[in-house]
Amino acid sequence: MNSRIAHIASNTFREAVRDRVLYNLIAFALLLVGAAILVGQISLDVERLVVINLGLTAVSLFGVVIAIFIGIGLVSKEIEKRTLYTVLSRPVRRWEFIVGKFFGLAGTLLVNATLMAIGVFGALFYVSHQLQKADAWVLVALYFIILQFLIITALALLFSSFSSPLLSAVFAFSLFVIGSFSEDLRGFAAMTQGLTRWLATGAAYLVPNFSAFNVISSVAHGVPVPAQLVLYNSLYAVFYAAMVLCGAVVIFEHRNLK
Amino acid sequence: MRPSRKLTITGLALLVALLAASSATRARVDQLRAGASLEEILYLSSPKVVKRVSLGYDGLAADIYWTRAVQYFGGKHHTGATQYRLLAPLLEITTYLDPHLTVAYEFGANFLSPAPPNGAGMPDRAVRLVEHGIENNPDDWKLYYELGFIYYWELHDYKQAAEAFERGSQRPGAHPFLKVLAAKMAQNAGEIETARMLWITTFESSHDQQVRENAAAHLRALQVDQDVTDLENALQQYRQKTGRAAESLRDLIVAGLLRELPVDPTGRPYRLTADGRIEVREPDDLPFINKGTPLGYQQPLAPVLKP
Repeated sequence: MNSRIAHIASNTFREAVRDRVLYNLIAFALLLVGAAILVGQISLDVERLVVINLGLTAVSLFGVVIAIFIGIGLVSKEIEKRTLYTVLSRPVRRWEFIVGKFFGLAGTLLVNATLMAIGVFGALFYVSHQLQKADAWVLVALYFIILQFLIITALALLFSSFSSPLLSAVFAFSLFVIGSFSEDLRGFAAMTQGLTRWLATGAAYLVPNFSAFNVISSVAHGVPVPAQLVLYNSLYAVFYAAMVLCGAVVIFEHRNLK
Repeated sequence: MRPSRKLTITGLALLVALLAASSATRARVDQLRAGASLEEILYLSSPKVVKRVSLGYDGLAADIYWTRAVQYFGGKHHTGATQYRLLAPLLEITTYLDPHLTVAYEFGANFLSPAPPNGAGMPDRAVRLVEHGIENNPDDWKLYYELGFIYYWELHDYKQAAEAFERGSQRPGAHPFLKVLAAKMAQNAGEIETARMLWITTFESSHDQQVRENAAAHLRALQVDQDVTDLENALQQYRQKTGRAAESLRDLIVAGLLRELPVDPTGRPYRLTADGRIEVREPDDLPFINKGTPLGYQQPLAPVLKP
């Protein structure tokens, strides 16, 4: 990564921290501690399950919300505050600005998710008094959640590069929901015929596939995640995020900023 | 600042290449997770919880659950599955979310009641589903017909079947056959003619092509069962009359027991085997037949229905 991209990324990260993004960790900690104590008292033998399910779901949802709401303002806020002109008047190319912003937000989400992961494992240790071998799969689920963040960040940035923050949020959130049902979309496509089938299959491949990243329920039961799925999910996330970033770069390159 | 042409072209080329790469990896992920959307796990199994979670959009949620039920049944039926664990809960959630979605009762009961591989083999759950439908749609005669059909065809409970047909015949717009069927249940329940009447009612009252094809296939199968029974009777009469077994079906014509060589509903002539049995020539083209199949014949897992 060249130094200009690294600078923009680190500034984006610092800005997010200054915006008190990491305050969500407090809410997360309260939720997890509350659930671990409460469920221990009112339920039977599901403490571990609840901590994993609730913990990982919270990591995912908090991260998605941060990715969307920070991501949509990454470009538009800079234009609104006119700081973008200062940045672009220096020897910084537009594509470097976009890529730097992406890595900055992705880094923020990575730090956030890592701190939350420590919380999840802490809560797991609290309820089980030990960590089991199967808990290692929780790490894989966390890794998939981070891959999901990469795609959502890229999407929020893409919409931010040409649309208003409100519309960008709507678009990004809608794609998140559609992407979570993408396997159903593929299933529906398989049931149709002719032109509809082609169009539906095309749509299923064009929207992000978030369902394959969701292994929370199975890892909560200690079910192993196949190594091939880890490999192909990683490749898919990288290719898809890079594709969306390319789109963002091309659009931003052509945007009239006057 | 003018946009760099080189950068635009590179960006677009990269975008297309990455789209292809992501689609290829996506296809691989789909292969690894084949049937993932139909996993044998129903995360929310309580209809009440699903209704609350749907935040008042129960109509849309019911449509989605109905589509999932169809997809689940279709996917498993295609592979000749014998277990349909999630089918009944999916249908129950669907109809709890939208109790007036009558299509879910009609088709759902057809998925649930027949024995595998044609269905889930759960006629009791099908009865419960249709009873729930009748409670919520008391004027829909097709639901009573469906109920009577399950009692007749799957449970062989002709008294209950008669009662369901009778109740249905009193609803507005009911098919005239319902009244006749209610009467026939009492005396001629097990007869082919009664079964034929049921399938004709199904054929005539549905606009769905698959339902009509299924009914037509059953009607053809009933025809074969009837033909084979008639031919077997004729063979026996020949034996009694001549004191020996017929060597071919032509012998029956010569003896005046048949007017012409009989053909099955696909137009192919029936065959008399060396051991004196009547067989159809292409049993795969005549799904659901009970008679006339070659010895050891296994019905295909997913029979092909023809219009």
